[in-house]
Amino acid sequence: MPKRIEDFIVKENRQINKDFFIVELIGNSYMPAMKPGQFVQVKVEGSPDTFLRRPISIHDVDYDKNTIKLLIQVAGKGTERLSNLKPGEVLNLIYPLGNSFSMPAERSNILLVGGGCGVAPLLFLGKYLKSNGYNPEILLGFRNANRIIEFEEYSRIGKVYLTTEDGSVGEKGFVTDHPVLKDRDFDNVYCCGPSSMMKAISAYCMKKGITCEVSLENLMACGFGVCLCCVVDTVKGNLCTCIDGPVFNIKELKW
Amino acid sequence: MVDLGVSIGNLKLKNPVMTASGTFGNGSEFEDFLDISRLGAIILKGTTIEPREGNPYPRMAETPYGMLNAVGLQNKGIDYFEKHIYPQVAEYDTNVIVNINGSYIEDYIALAERINKLEKIPAIELNISCPNVKMGGMAFGTNPESAREVTRAVRAVYSKVLIVKLSPNVTDIAAFARIAEEEGADSVSLVNTLLGMAVDINTMKPSLSTITGGLSGPAIKPVALRMVWQVARAVRIPVIGIGGIMSERDAVEFFLAGASAIQVGTASFIDPQASVKIADGILNYLNEKGFSNIKEIIGLINR
Repeated sequence: MPKRIEDFIVKENRQINKDFFIVELIGNSYMPAMKPGQFVQVKVEGSPDTFLRRPISIHDVDYDKNTIKLLIQVAGKGTERLSNLKPGEVLNLIYPLGNSFSMPAERSNILLVGGGCGVAPLLFLGKYLKSNGYNPEILLGFRNANRIIEFEEYSRIGKVYLTTEDGSVGEKGFVTDHPVLKDRDFDNVYCCGPSSMMKAISAYCMKKGITCEVSLENLMACGFGVCLCCVVDTVKGNLCTCIDGPVFNIKELKW
Repeated sequence: MVDLGVSIGNLKLKNPVMTASGTFGNGSEFEDFLDISRLGAIILKGTTIEPREGNPYPRMAETPYGMLNAVGLQNKGIDYFEKHIYPQVAEYDTNVIVNINGSYIEDYIALAERINKLEKIPAIELNISCPNVKMGGMAFGTNPESAREVTRAVRAVYSKVLIVKLSPNVTDIAAFARIAEEEGADSVSLVNTLLGMAVDINTMKPSLSTITGGLSGPAIKPVALRMVWQVARAVRIPVIGIGGIMSERDAVEFFLAGASAIQVGTASFIDPQASVKIADGILNYLNEKGFSNIKEIIGLINR
């Protein structure tokens, strides 16, 4: 799939909660097919501290409207600038980048597990799975009720299980504390979130023999396999998160 | 019609824009973005005799107008290069230059001998300035005797164009350029990255696994430009300018200071088309200023 560099126009920038924004971008030319798990490299203008592009997961794609959505968590100066984007502003992207989640066998029991900003690629993945005849279920973990992201959107894909660290909604604790993990047998788990969460889910899947893929968020400079900065230690040696990932089968990772 | 052609030793470049080693992969990573044949030369990722895994993650930290890297020469080694990379890069309609590295002088000699046999590689860049390896690398390029010894040894076995890539982490870079010239190098390229570091105040730890790394990007441009100017006045061989070149304006500054060619590095991470845009921009600049040949502006401020 050829990579492109293109200007997009900000269509909408919607604040979801304190630190989370969804930026909807409209393309100037027809977008190529993108796959769940892939990401874009966003150019952030206007500050000496945002010299490099920011890698951001593709949250949702609408080919009919020629739009792409990015879920932004304000974590530093780059994402802060992105959270202030106004409709009509131009954003330059390199896309689509990285590999994608692999498709499960037919009639598999699928669970998508996301925490915090890590829920970003799971909406696109969930919609994609659903449109391909799968019935994924979704387990999401947040700090508290005020931090929940797009519950209705995920509910349209399949059953959503919720955990919050303070118990303000759903089960109290982390995603790994949710009873659904004990009560059910899943064939495939797809996970994205903080590394402690992904490691805990990996351990659970390893123990139960579940096929599991995780999406990593390593620091990167280029995003297309050149700088070799975003490496992760795997059974095949150092691999680039940007081209060999961001999606890895947990059996490949040396965690 | 403006003539952008320059020569590095007997190597003819269609224009003075090269891509810096480690910022352009093997070229294939850029095929979606640009036409490689529009570049004067590409310099491939640093190659060593043996495959190397490089340093542990994290290897990169963003800094104001720049970045630190501590990749540590991750590459698949010369056997893999000959078998898999060479056949592919041999097809490019541009000069393909290999950047060579080693822990010992014998490594550099062995690499130079093997690459000398590769018909479609007209030049090597002898990297004695990598700041991110425990052995060799910058150790050769910051000690005058070692720099002399390795350049002499490689020159003895390598018959094509030899470029020596200099370290900025020295007091008198012109002295190293003179050593390279005395030992028969056809050109010097400078600068490699500047040794630097960053600390993460949240984790209260160094940002890089190796603590120190190499600083690149526009933050280092004034330093690189000053060094290119010093070296251009000290040697007769052509000087290749490197360091934070983001636009044709930056490139032109290096030409005026005495560089015969330039390398685009970190800029390619942010804009993968930067190198060809810079080549176009140089042409426009010369046109606007009424020059018919790039050579007319090389070292102009020194005349």
